[in-house]
Amino acid sequence: MPVSKAQALVPDLQVEAADPGADTASLERLALWVLERVSPMVAADPPDGLVIDSTGADHLHGGEAEMLDGLLGRLMLSGLDARAAISDSWGAAHALARFAADPIYLADPGAAKTALAPLPLEALRLPPAVAVGLRDLGFVSIGDLLVQPRAPLTRRFGPELGRRLDQALGDMAEPIVPLRPDGLIEVRRAFAEPIAAAETIARYIGKLVGQLCAVLEERGLGARRLDLLCHRVDNRIEAVRVGLAVPQRDPKRLTRLLCDKIETIAPGYGIEIMVLSTPVAEPLAPRQAGGGLLEPAVPDLSGLIDILANRVGAQAVYRIAPVASDVPERAVMRIPALATETGAGWPHHWPRPARLLPRPEPIETMALLPDQPPVWIAWRGIRRRVRRADGPERIFGEWWKRDAEMIAVRDYFRIEDEAGARYWIFRAGDGEDAGTGSHRWFLHGIFG
Amino acid sequence: MSARPSPAALAALRQKISALEGDAGRSQTVLPFGIAGLDRRLPKGGLALGCLHEVAGGGNGAVDGAAAACFAAGIAARLPGQIMWCVTQADLFAPALEQVGLPAGRVIYVEAGDDTSVLACMEEGLRHGGLGAVVADVAKLSMTASRRLHLAAKGSGTTGIALRRWRRQGDASDFGQPTAAMTRWRVSELPSAPLPVPGLGRAHWLVELIRARAGESLDIELEACDGTGHLGLPAALADRSAAQAGGLHSAFG
Repeated sequence: MPVSKAQALVPDLQVEAADPGADTASLERLALWVLERVSPMVAADPPDGLVIDSTGADHLHGGEAEMLDGLLGRLMLSGLDARAAISDSWGAAHALARFAADPIYLADPGAAKTALAPLPLEALRLPPAVAVGLRDLGFVSIGDLLVQPRAPLTRRFGPELGRRLDQALGDMAEPIVPLRPDGLIEVRRAFAEPIAAAETIARYIGKLVGQLCAVLEERGLGARRLDLLCHRVDNRIEAVRVGLAVPQRDPKRLTRLLCDKIETIAPGYGIEIMVLSTPVAEPLAPRQAGGGLLEPAVPDLSGLIDILANRVGAQAVYRIAPVASDVPERAVMRIPALATETGAGWPHHWPRPARLLPRPEPIETMALLPDQPPVWIAWRGIRRRVRRADGPERIFGEWWKRDAEMIAVRDYFRIEDEAGARYWIFRAGDGEDAGTGSHRWFLHGIFG
Repeated sequence: MSARPSPAALAALRQKISALEGDAGRSQTVLPFGIAGLDRRLPKGGLALGCLHEVAGGGNGAVDGAAAACFAAGIAARLPGQIMWCVTQADLFAPALEQVGLPAGRVIYVEAGDDTSVLACMEEGLRHGGLGAVVADVAKLSMTASRRLHLAAKGSGTTGIALRRWRRQGDASDFGQPTAAMTRWRVSELPSAPLPVPGLGRAHWLVELIRARAGESLDIELEACDGTGHLGLPAALADRSAAQAGGLHSAFG
């Protein structure tokens, strides 16, 4: 569309000249941002993409799906509309991210062929002339190309087509050259003979960590992330990322964290270069060892938290903090395990169940309206007679926050059955006005 | 037949046994429950610290583990320091823990995906030594795993509580398998005492001490943990004279 036509369609249209240089620079800045947060192996994929090798780093974010969700969510918050895909090869992920219907696409391992088949030819990163030529011959999707013999195609369109197909299917290696920002604190070691044994890797991790900690100490910094890149002889890079809850430069601890991950490094035919870097480092000043004469020293749990967070994921190690809400499922909030303690608690008026079901489960009951507890309840197919009960505890919807809960009400009862088991049940609605809820009963928790 | 062994001989025998158990030279501290009938059955008059203990729920509690969780939280609340709680399902409700004396600021939750990683995380916590106690929701606990946990607990002096909780009621028969735990408890709910007004009083539990190393087993009806994590003796028993109450306990045991 010419500019004049666009200006006619939209009055006061701002027109700016294209600036590919600035675009590339900004893409690199974005790549650095991703490098610090997501994965040790990131490269810009001009003109409009980033390529990330998340192997060895997704565990810090709770898995691949959570990692992409988090990444896209943060990009959206900063005003960027992004799409992402995870696949076995760079080529397939490139195609799926741009041409798959879902903004987040996770291809199953080994399923690149079926995922790519319905995509158009442009997804293969072909020169425009080749794509046009293929269309002239009647090829529409990648699936059409895959079933054709290669030789005539190569003869007609040159080797580029076969190369791109092999790269998309993962038959041909396409190494990612990871972005290394200026001023990155990095130590490397090249080996005369490739190494592969776990003990050898552990020994050299120890040596590299020692060197890195010396550099960090010189600059008064502590590492928040550690990246270990192992360059293999077959030109692949095995990456390990370790996250730390607080800045750290204790060689013993860092070595322990990295050595826990050795089993995830596949040495293949051998590792020839090992590079250890800290993409995120924060100031760490030396401080006096704690512990006065009067009070015992508070034990330092950051080492334990780091070990656990690198084993099960940083989100899976947490503390619970109270939220000022009467609705039980909204009364708790997860905070980082090393967050400063506020000493806040929940109000103690009413007993709360030890187990709160993830979502309230519907039960059958017989109860007098409006405010009598049920005579019996049937939950998960078992009928229980109610012997004693306490309630109702009326909880109003948060009308000041949510429009849907303008007049919503829940009436909670504590009930005890004949065997002594205690349950926390509620009726949606106040028992009189149908607008306050459906008047169905739910079981929400189990008391101890 | 009145040849009572002399105290010196008994002490020598005890020393020999503790040498065999491998914890000679370590003075073991205990956490008393404050209930005479219960403490009497436990060696040294309380729950041994720096050891592994097992708690399970009875009946439906084998699946939901609610009473067992409160029992474990009550023990943890009375120990100093931070508590680590390893879970597979995140259905533990923190306000309830606060109501048995374990405020939110003292608990670090670790949500591990499966049983294996729960055990691994629990062992890490026990080995660290800076925690007050480590509680873990465990379904399957083999002899080897429990031995590892017990040794880790002994090495650092951190108390470990394996909260046995199964996916299905049928799997609860696993609780019969031997483990290296110091004590083994089963906590099940009992109908509470009626109040003179409509409402619910303090919950009652049947606390069964199924196994205690160097101790005797026992079952006793108790009142659930109060706001400081202490168990209570039901009024019907507490009001009775000591001799009668003692007689009832031994009849139970």
